[in-house]
Amino acid sequence: MFRLLSIELQKLRYNRAAKVISIIYFVLITFIALIASIEFNFGNFHFRVADQGIFNFPFIWHFDTYMAAILKLFLAIVIVSMMSNEYSYRTLKQNLIDGLSKKEFLLSKFLTVLLFSVISTVFIFAVSLILGLLFSDYTEIGIIFSGMEYIGAYFIKLVAFFSLCLFLGVLVKRSAFALGFLIVIQIVEWLIYGLMKWQFFKDTEIADQVSQFFPLNAMANLIKEPMSRLGAIQSAANQLGESFTKDYSVSFLNILIVLVWTALFLYWSYAILKKRDL
Amino acid sequence: MKNVTNHQPVRHINNPPKTVGTKNFSVEHILTLTNLTKKFGAITAVNNLSFTIEKGNVYGILGPNGSGKSTTLGIVLNVVNKTSGNFDWFDGNTSTHNALKKVGAIIEHPNFYPYMTATQNLKLVCKIKEVSEEKISEKLQLVGLLDRKDSKFSTFSLGMKQRLAIASALLNDPEILILDEPTNGLDPQGIHQIREIIKTIASQGTTILLASHLLDEVEKVCTHVVILRKGVSLYSGSVDAMNASHGFLTMHSNNMEMLQSALEGNPAFGKIKREGEFLIVYLNEPLDASEVNKLLFEKGITLSHLVKRKESLEEQFLELTKQK
Repeated sequence: MFRLLSIELQKLRYNRAAKVISIIYFVLITFIALIASIEFNFGNFHFRVADQGIFNFPFIWHFDTYMAAILKLFLAIVIVSMMSNEYSYRTLKQNLIDGLSKKEFLLSKFLTVLLFSVISTVFIFAVSLILGLLFSDYTEIGIIFSGMEYIGAYFIKLVAFFSLCLFLGVLVKRSAFALGFLIVIQIVEWLIYGLMKWQFFKDTEIADQVSQFFPLNAMANLIKEPMSRLGAIQSAANQLGESFTKDYSVSFLNILIVLVWTALFLYWSYAILKKRDL
Repeated sequence: MKNVTNHQPVRHINNPPKTVGTKNFSVEHILTLTNLTKKFGAITAVNNLSFTIEKGNVYGILGPNGSGKSTTLGIVLNVVNKTSGNFDWFDGNTSTHNALKKVGAIIEHPNFYPYMTATQNLKLVCKIKEVSEEKISEKLQLVGLLDRKDSKFSTFSLGMKQRLAIASALLNDPEILILDEPTNGLDPQGIHQIREIIKTIASQGTTILLASHLLDEVEKVCTHVVILRKGVSLYSGSVDAMNASHGFLTMHSNNMEMLQSALEGNPAFGKIKREGEFLIVYLNEPLDASEVNKLLFEKGITLSHLVKRKESLEEQFLELTKQK
């Protein structure tokens, strides 16, 4: 296992583009901390984001993982290209000839995906913990470590998304097209949802019921948007006579759906690799 | 056996027939193909191909472009899926990908990571093949790339890329070296360099399988040949046995009709054909040109031209692969 990981890391280590994008990714995660320093001054009105409660435990886990998950697109570029490069450089063929099995080849990629996800998860955990300790109104241990399910969901979300990227890399063989394909999947999901919601199954819950099984939608649902949970927004909504009764928790069914998709992406990648003549 | 001490730390290097004690002590089979077939849709690229590669010989796979050479190699190298049939590496004692760790192979294009240097690329190959990295300098030296070891692969010329591929294939001191059109696209100097390297390796007793459509290349280094056309094996055996025909005679006489009828009556002569003003006669048994001359003179035929020749590999190849 260590051998497979070291093979893949060697491929990435000397790849300047991959290195630069990975570094940008981790730097951007730390920049979430910068949100804390956003301040406005409207005459007498003084607004500081850090004071709005976004860095309060346990809400910070939800907020930070949601924000950081958006940045995963950067790593997606690295992952898609690490697969498609093997096709464009024809090194997949050479790797197999040199004695790597197709299973080992895919496993070395997947282990790298796991490693990236672990590092990113540890990173977001550390950043959130530090930010929280600096700005949170509550610092009791029990409160700090409640809401840990968001960290777990973040990890699963990354692994699933990167597995999809791997699969697209194998399927399409060209990084640009694979990333384009990713956008196409998102659009198709929206279209199907829209058609169901406003055309075929109007005024029913069917559209939401079905769309929770869509891969990208399922991944997105793992960590729901945290904005409407903020005190300021809640009270603003209350003044307008609206009230949110949204469930922000990480649902078990959702995790299961995402894990099944992850397994499918890996299985399909392997099946394509196995079937295709090089 | 000279390399055994070098290999000891590496667990996968062994000599299966000796340590395992299989039935065959005299000959080690490196690769056995049994009725191998590959279809691409309606096209049959490799058709029911069988041959065996024994240790220590130098094999050539000959065939025109598109005759299934690369496909055959692709199948045994795990990059093309077979349609039916079988192949076994090392008497079937290991899985294909593990067997390939004991094989060195170069396919048409040298494929490496362009952003890595020669050394970095070779280190990666060492990791895949699970061999130590200590041989990198030695092999780079052998192919004359030691002074460019820290240059990126993308800066190499085609000849250098091909030589790096050879160095990479030799890193594990392979049981067999497989070369697919190794001189394709190279300039005369590059071709010469590659051939010298191949000769050096062959002289060290490494089994070699060389696919090529360049006959002189095969003729110079190979002891055995497999000739393919449209995926069918036309000949498989030693180069000497292939040359076992007794040669042919080119003759000319003032009375060609009489000459031809004299030859036709004699069982020593086989196929007879007219080529311009000459008569070409294939021999069925060893016969000296002087004996033929004497024989014909006794029948009252005088020859104005008589040459005895053996077919070159090229002529035999063209004869064999001719569209029927």
